[in-house]
Amino acid sequence: MKCDIVLAGVGGQGILSIATVLGLAAVENNLYLKQAETHGMSQRGGAVQSYLRLSDKPIFSDLIPSGEAQLILSVEPLESLRYLNFLSPDGYVITSTTPFVNIPDYPDTEGILATIRNLPRVVAIDAEAIAKAEGNSKSSNMVMLGAASPFVELPLESLEQAIKTIFSKKGEEIVAVNLRAFHAGRAFTEQTLNKLK
Amino acid sequence: MNKKLLLGVEAIGQGAIDGGISGVYAYPGTPSTEITEYIQENEVAIGRNLHRQWSVNEKTAMEAALGMSYAGKRTLVCMKHVGLNVAADVFMNIAITGVNGGMVIAVADDPSMHSSQNEQDSRYYGRFAMVPVLEPADQQEAYDMTITGLDLSEKLGVPVMIRITTRLAHSRSGVKLADLARKENSLSLPADPLQFVLLPSNARKRYNKLLGQQTEFLQLAEQSDFNLFVDGIDSSLGIVCCGIAYNYFRENYPGVSPYPYVKLSQYPLPEKLLKQLEYQVDEILVLEDGYPLVEEQLKGFFGRGKKILGRLDGTLPRAGELTPDLVATALKIERALQEELPGTLVNRPPALCKGCGHHDTYRALNEVMEEHGKGKVFSDIGCYTLGALPPYNSIYSCVDMGASVTMAKGAADAGLFPSIAVIGDSTFTHSGITGLLDAVNEQSNIVLIIGDNESISMTGGQDSSALGRIESICEGVGVLPEHIHVLESLPKNHEILVDLLKREIAYNGVSVIIPRRECIQKLSRKKRNIL
Repeated sequence: MKCDIVLAGVGGQGILSIATVLGLAAVENNLYLKQAETHGMSQRGGAVQSYLRLSDKPIFSDLIPSGEAQLILSVEPLESLRYLNFLSPDGYVITSTTPFVNIPDYPDTEGILATIRNLPRVVAIDAEAIAKAEGNSKSSNMVMLGAASPFVELPLESLEQAIKTIFSKKGEEIVAVNLRAFHAGRAFTEQTLNKLK
Repeated sequence: MNKKLLLGVEAIGQGAIDGGISGVYAYPGTPSTEITEYIQENEVAIGRNLHRQWSVNEKTAMEAALGMSYAGKRTLVCMKHVGLNVAADVFMNIAITGVNGGMVIAVADDPSMHSSQNEQDSRYYGRFAMVPVLEPADQQEAYDMTITGLDLSEKLGVPVMIRITTRLAHSRSGVKLADLARKENSLSLPADPLQFVLLPSNARKRYNKLLGQQTEFLQLAEQSDFNLFVDGIDSSLGIVCCGIAYNYFRENYPGVSPYPYVKLSQYPLPEKLLKQLEYQVDEILVLEDGYPLVEEQLKGFFGRGKKILGRLDGTLPRAGELTPDLVATALKIERALQEELPGTLVNRPPALCKGCGHHDTYRALNEVMEEHGKGKVFSDIGCYTLGALPPYNSIYSCVDMGASVTMAKGAADAGLFPSIAVIGDSTFTHSGITGLLDAVNEQSNIVLIIGDNESISMTGGQDSSALGRIESICEGVGVLPEHIHVLESLPKNHEILVDLLKREIAYNGVSVIIPRRECIQKLSRKKRNIL
């Protein structure tokens, strides 16, 4: 098993909570893991990325070589395009469609979404709307994680357990809403893939 | 055996605790900050009540660490690369005084300048001071080397530097930990009462001692488990890979490398291993993150002998961090064509947070400076440096900690009017106070704006060292009380700030205006923790 994921977003959007869940689940399954994060200046609303590598064999580089990522998992549409050079020829882009506009020259949203839809393998998901429908728009990151989960060879129970672990401090209700968000995202991807078949 | 997922920096923190330190001393700076934060939150560190408060700057941190070492205890001091410039005076001299309790100096370099003003390579400082340098390739080595470094330092009686770069600092992986943290040392004074007295007569003796130890440092590097020679079947090329570059090299050869190589993680350069490699191969490729330090040494001035490839001959770019891709190219490994980036992609630079008090300061400052023209505002290092970018474009300098104050003074000396400095509360206490004294002593015509967000914000909201005491410090330095103003930085105070700025620009002397409001990020973190 080997899975390289580029996590993308904007500083402050909390992509690291996604990485933490995947990391916990990987450790529970005795996988090797390396996860390079962005700390510092870019966390102030700049483009941030995390390189997450899981494998059943030792991993050398902390950075993913270009053209080798199985997944680009982005919580923002423009950011999903920034790391396309990392994507492997059979890799998938999983992205939220809700733009985060904090720069004056943010490109035309329709154009961005059209570019995304034209990618050969993509799951574009309105994570915020789904999260809201499940009870809390703040859990859109778990929708995104759920949407990515069919592509990651980690047992469903391990991912669920990891979500419980990281949200347990905030009470049962928050845990439940994040689990629902996760499953809604997962269902969305499964439906998308079924349509393609 | 206990295994933990740790960032490279956290592994150093854990190693220091398990290596028996009695205290960590540091000033925050990306990518080194989390070493100290990890120790601050660690149960063993809390239980032992290890020293773990932030210092005012890197120089005071290293000097306090030296005091702890003088008293026989083990200590860790950490900083980012440019922080070592601030501590360079004491650093160079610790090599000569030596240490009593073990001392590890952890320095985190930032090649590619992700969050820095330059990409200087701290290994040069290690070589300059002639002390052993350890450069981990991964998180496990970062942990192991911190423990080894403390032992080594105590055994040799010199400080040991650990040098890491951003990618290792901020990358997480599993680390096997020792079962128990070593006991702290007990209090003991140096055996030689003159050891720390660098009067010329004694300094010469100490310096000769350090020179005499160089052979031993070299032998230790040659025997070190962290340095390896690995043979290969293809002798057309030999590789020297330093620190994290080893990972990028092995990423390209996850099984067996066809080329012989030296994995280099302990300096001074292990002569025997490198000669063994050189003897066997036609050419040598040097992979190192940072400056071409090893490459220069292997090449020599005249470049005679076998060809050395690396950053100096263009095999690798001269600037910027290494990546597995760059290393693959240097190894002439062909890669599949990658997806092209769409043309619509635009950069997303960092920006001041919504609701941050610095917005209010820059709005008022821009309004006031309109009549004076551009180029008259100096600034410094912190979140407010983002005021150099659109939409504000308010500031015209960011050089080193505290330089806004002194540059404004020098420009005023040259006749620039008005001459304004914008600095943050923590940068001011780090290195701005002495510059302000210079200005006061000459009654320089400057207006100093201290944007006080009551926190060290860019690095994650650490405690500012003179919380609520900025104005009394200014008064103590000699700024006249009627020219020190504090106000809350809020949109509703815009007119007041504009008027104050105008009035103090008109005053011929030193004025200080302190717009104050807690960092919005720190405030929201507090609220989240309460909820």
